[in-house]
Amino acid sequence: MSESIAVPAEAAADQVVAGPVVEAHELTRRYGEGDTAVDALRGVNLEVERGKLTAVMGPSGSGKSTLMHILAALDKPTGGYVVLAGTRLGDLNDTQITKLRRKHIGFIFQFFNLLPMLTAEENVLLPLTIAGEKPEDGWFDDLMKTVGLDDRRAHRPAELSGGQQQRVAIARALVSRPTIVFADEPTGNLDSTTSDEILGLLRNSVDSYGQTTMMVTHDAHAAAIADRILFLADGLIVRDMPRAEPSVVIAAMEELSAR
Amino acid sequence: MLAVTLRGLAARKFRASLTALAVVLGVAMISGTYVLTDTINNGFDTIFTQSYKNADVVVSGKAAFLNTNGNGVETPSFPESLLPKIRALPGVAVAAGSVQSDQVRLLKKDGKVINTGGAPPLGFSVDTKYNQFNPTALTTGDWPRGPGQVVIDNHTASENGYHVGDSIGIESNGPAQDFKITGIAKFVGVNSTGGASFALFEPKTAQKLFNKVGKLDFIRIQSKAGVSKEQLISAINPLLPPSAAVRDVEAQVKEDKKNLGGFIDFLRYALLAFAFVALFVGSFVIANTLSITIAQRTREFATLRTIGASRRQVLWAVVLEALIVGFIASVVGLFLGLGLAKILNKLFVAVGIDLPQGNTVFATRTIIVSLVVGTLITLIASLRPARRATRVPPIAAVREGSVLPVSRWSKYGPVTSLVVLLVAIALVSLGALGSGIATGPRLLALGIGVLLLFIGVSMNAGKIVRPLANVLGWPAREIGGAPGILARDNASRNPARTASTASALMIGLALVTFVAIFGQGLRASFEDAVNKLFIANYAVTSNTAFVPLSASVGHGLVGKPATEVVSPIRAGSAKFLGSVHDVSAVDAQVPQVVHLDWKQGNNSVPGQLGTTGFFSSSKYAKDHHLKLGSPLVVQWPTGQKVTVELRGTYDEPKGGSPFGNAVFSIKLFDANVAQPQDQMVLINSPGGVTDQNTATLENDLQAFPDGKLQTRSEFIKNSEKPINRLLNLLYVLLALSVIVSLFGIVNTLVLTVYERTREIGMLRAVGMTRAQTRMMIRYESIVTALMGAALGIAVGTFLGALIVHALSNQGLVFKFPVLTIIYFVIAAIVVGLLAAIVPARRAARLNVLEALQYE
Repeated sequence: MSESIAVPAEAAADQVVAGPVVEAHELTRRYGEGDTAVDALRGVNLEVERGKLTAVMGPSGSGKSTLMHILAALDKPTGGYVVLAGTRLGDLNDTQITKLRRKHIGFIFQFFNLLPMLTAEENVLLPLTIAGEKPEDGWFDDLMKTVGLDDRRAHRPAELSGGQQQRVAIARALVSRPTIVFADEPTGNLDSTTSDEILGLLRNSVDSYGQTTMMVTHDAHAAAIADRILFLADGLIVRDMPRAEPSVVIAAMEELSAR
Repeated sequence: MLAVTLRGLAARKFRASLTALAVVLGVAMISGTYVLTDTINNGFDTIFTQSYKNADVVVSGKAAFLNTNGNGVETPSFPESLLPKIRALPGVAVAAGSVQSDQVRLLKKDGKVINTGGAPPLGFSVDTKYNQFNPTALTTGDWPRGPGQVVIDNHTASENGYHVGDSIGIESNGPAQDFKITGIAKFVGVNSTGGASFALFEPKTAQKLFNKVGKLDFIRIQSKAGVSKEQLISAINPLLPPSAAVRDVEAQVKEDKKNLGGFIDFLRYALLAFAFVALFVGSFVIANTLSITIAQRTREFATLRTIGASRRQVLWAVVLEALIVGFIASVVGLFLGLGLAKILNKLFVAVGIDLPQGNTVFATRTIIVSLVVGTLITLIASLRPARRATRVPPIAAVREGSVLPVSRWSKYGPVTSLVVLLVAIALVSLGALGSGIATGPRLLALGIGVLLLFIGVSMNAGKIVRPLANVLGWPAREIGGAPGILARDNASRNPARTASTASALMIGLALVTFVAIFGQGLRASFEDAVNKLFIANYAVTSNTAFVPLSASVGHGLVGKPATEVVSPIRAGSAKFLGSVHDVSAVDAQVPQVVHLDWKQGNNSVPGQLGTTGFFSSSKYAKDHHLKLGSPLVVQWPTGQKVTVELRGTYDEPKGGSPFGNAVFSIKLFDANVAQPQDQMVLINSPGGVTDQNTATLENDLQAFPDGKLQTRSEFIKNSEKPINRLLNLLYVLLALSVIVSLFGIVNTLVLTVYERTREIGMLRAVGMTRAQTRMMIRYESIVTALMGAALGIAVGTFLGALIVHALSNQGLVFKFPVLTIIYFVIAAIVVGLLAAIVPARRAARLNVLEALQYE
């Protein structure tokens, strides 16, 4: 199929945008109306730094998923605004957001969301295929080796374990070298051994490729690989902590829950 | 994206092929129609061309006009004296004359007429001196060389056990005579001549038998080398009498084909109309199936969107899928049509229309039309579901149980669907009842109105699914227990989906209901007319369907002891007031056998027509401003013109009469028509209908096996038969669209089972047996089918009542055909049962553990 939205090839990954990768200004998000209205976010300000892994933690209902959805242009804030890669999201229409997504955003889902009829390789290449692009020489092979799928390229999702499926999903998020990768509970559907592998991979992608990544998780072990951990409660960032051991993270979470 | 689409299709082969089936049948009908009609056309072409093989130019009798949709026009013969004059021409190498007849009825060994399935029983002369012109070839025996000898066609011979040396009875223009079979022949170049039989005679014998002594129907001419056809034609032309024409062979074949009139075209368009209905139903099925699969693939589309697919790419992915499915289905349908053509032909033979078959014709036009229409219909049906797919928001990729968002237009949905319904009803009513509208716009209003009506009802049907499911599901609950209750609830769980599934079946059922009600009205009107008009004790009609009776039958009965009155009704064609009409001729006794409701004149009119008068229906007279004494110039097929004046008018019953637009005396008719034929001969017997009279008349008719004797009540009953046959043909053709809708139910159920995998796993885990699971699906299927039936019968009754009301001036009366409708409801239940077979099996076979973990 021919490409409907042109993205200049050179514009993709290596483009340097000054300042923070993502900024959020006074974000609010209200679901429903009147008496039944729920405020998921109540004024969040945030800057995500380039080349860092940021974790967002918080109890259920703290607004962490909502924050990520809004930062990733999946959802729209009720108030405030987001600037992603120098672009103010609120002003964009659907086509512009699609364009932005291709260039700047990668996704990793809790349930992998692979297309069952495509092979691992095809799934990984899908974002480029959709944008009508080809992977750079060497980069794709390098990526498949990095995620450990070099010998699984022709397998379909049904023939892969959960961990392998999530590796495919990670490779898919990285393949277009987006400005930022959003990971939504990437280990939420995996056992602990596999989780560690996946977390190692995420950390590695930040260290080796300088891939800016933001991860939402409720798992302290996952959060412990991050360069920065944000704690959300009742729709507000209540704590902003640098890299920490899991035990410290757990302590922080307990403290939060006890409030 | 293409790869994604292709892989997606490959992964959903079963579902995709179910969708395809909806298109396959409609396309098969298109392709089958073309193949059949082309093959018939080719059959006629071959027969006509073969008839003049080795001839360069042909002299034939020339009728003054053609009547292509009523009584046939007899082609006049020309004097035999023409032949020596032509032979004497310098450019002529060989010239041979021949006669033919389409009233050479061959008899079975038991003396009954052999049924030719509506085709003419043909007879030809063969002159062994000029065998190069003979279109037939002997399969066994020898050509007829003298009186009392005949060669018959191989089909008739084998069907009726005739062999060379046997004696065979032949009835043509007089009492049956016995002939000795000297050989058996076949027509060269066609697979079948349809039902038509043929008999070959030596020329003198043929002329006598066909009542054409001293006359010829054809002269086939071969030119000398170096003489062009044009030269030959211009040399022959001055020799011809007015009743003959000379043409080159190509022109003659074209001329012969004109006699078929638009019959093949009519057949083609009628069948294509049914193909269109099937495709229309198919488009409902496709749209519905795609909507369901798209709802089920919400997460897939959302994921594509999050990784950068644009809306247009999602739209294209769905449309492309439809294109591929539509195209493949069209290819399959195209080839299936080859088989369907054979089935359609069998169907026509079964209702008494047996047409010649040439070699199967698979024209390029057939291929193009089938593929384009099939693909296009699928494409159009996919547009709405495809648009829905583009509305899947990327966030659906991360949310559990995300549903499609409603369109920004959706708040106008209920209003729109109501407006569509009202516009449809208005259009249909306008088309049916509006006065002063020309036929074209009227039919257009009706056509568009009916299409919109189906769409409108289907749009609104969602609202009544729940109450309907409660009513129709009641037996399921009573008989089926828990599975029955679940089935009923499942049916009303997604009302839009159930409504649109049922709507596909609604269309087919609405049309059969309409046909049933219209047919009932037509029958009533016709019965009423026959009852009023027909006051004779007995009627004699032809045993050969669509072929009139030789006038010799009536002659043969005059003066027999069981007859008081023998009054024939002749049928033919004549041209007056600028157009060709069916006309009739009667004798003075007709008022004793036909009740004529005179408006001007009285029962003495028929006896006073002489050669200068005619009478007509009061309506025809009024429409054409004819008053008593108005002159009318009538041209007969021979070209002869006579002037007659109007002597009387009668009020025709609403259901029609056996008479044409003008009724003449038999004297005038027979003076201008060489081979007069009777539509029927009506008889009054002393003492009316008695067993004694019947037996005597039967005996008198032994010499005329083509004559079928019926008492008044038998005649009235039999006169309904053609209507019933037509109705049955329509039912069978409409059954195709019902089958398409059956696949629609299968589709929905299969997709529903797939969607409810986890739920079915749970039900099985808590103790539902496989049998109960199957039952649950089966009940849901039946409830859906019954909904389609209820909607269809309602819509069909509305349309039927409307049209019957509009035609009430034709004597149509609305009567609800209860028994027929009960059959339709039973048919719907059967459709439901059949549709449930595969989905029920799939549901019952699910592995409980896997189904529970299914995500």
